[in-house]
Amino acid sequence: MIGQRAERGRGALGEQFGTFEQQHQSEELGMWIFLGTEIMLFGGLFTAYTVYRTVYPDGFAEGSRHLDVLYGSVNTAVLILSSLTMSLAVRAAQFGRQRALTWYLLGTALLGVLFLAVKGLEYQKHFAEGMVPGLVWQYVGPLANQVELFLFAYFVMTGLHGLHLGIGVLAVLLFAARARRGGFPAERHAPVEMLGLYWHFVDVVWLFLLPLLYLFGLSS
Amino acid sequence: MPERTVPVRTCFVVCAVLLVLTGSSVAVAHVDLRGWNTLIALLVAAIQALLVGQFLMHLRWSPPVIRLAAVAGVVWLAILIVGTLDDILTRGWLAVPGK
Repeated sequence: MIGQRAERGRGALGEQFGTFEQQHQSEELGMWIFLGTEIMLFGGLFTAYTVYRTVYPDGFAEGSRHLDVLYGSVNTAVLILSSLTMSLAVRAAQFGRQRALTWYLLGTALLGVLFLAVKGLEYQKHFAEGMVPGLVWQYVGPLANQVELFLFAYFVMTGLHGLHLGIGVLAVLLFAARARRGGFPAERHAPVEMLGLYWHFVDVVWLFLLPLLYLFGLSS
Repeated sequence: MPERTVPVRTCFVVCAVLLVLTGSSVAVAHVDLRGWNTLIALLVAAIQALLVGQFLMHLRWSPPVIRLAAVAGVVWLAILIVGTLDDILTRGWLAVPGK
């Protein structure tokens, strides 16, 4: 054990682990189990959406047509680019390039903020159009109640996603500050790797929100 | 050499493919495919999720126990949705006395 502890360039080995490989796998497994609970959290909403859309297909299609696909598509592109900078950040951390890591993390945070800004503009538009269930609701029509239900699902799903992204941006900024002070030498890159997993997960959730919320009303 | 580093080229190629897939998904959404639209769009999203998982989240290079943990969450979600739809879609098929 003492010999492994002194292994060069691998950092401290927790005493409950036999090898560094095992320690790294445990960290990664723990993160994936957390992401599993996140799939369940978002999964409940996706299921509720599926049920209501099955029961009220016309109202949901009508509601979807009131979203602007331009906002949704631009934000998808922004998130995919942020995943690129995040994967480059993880790489930089693995090789111990902390200056590059700082910049990639800042770029990722910037793209995250850009996403939230576009989302904010979009929410503002919904307020102006009077299509915010519970706060400003001026939509009238034969399917008004169903459309309201769709918009409700929209706000809860994108709101929860936005909250996750906001938390992600804060975490990325904290990590960037630490990387700037040299807090992530190559042997201790695991936290950056875990942050990367979280970021990519939030990206994947959005990849499913785009077709379900924005795209399906376009053709019907 | 750290374990499981993703080559820079792979990062760029995967993200380019993701962008192209999103673009095609948005383009196809404007064409009426008689009810197949959502299925195709979800299929594209699933391919994108697979790419992100396999390459950017390096599941492709991860040990089986971690791949299993990742798949378990998705399988659970599938059970939830299929089980719920099984109820919703079949309501009213049978006459329930007293209903």
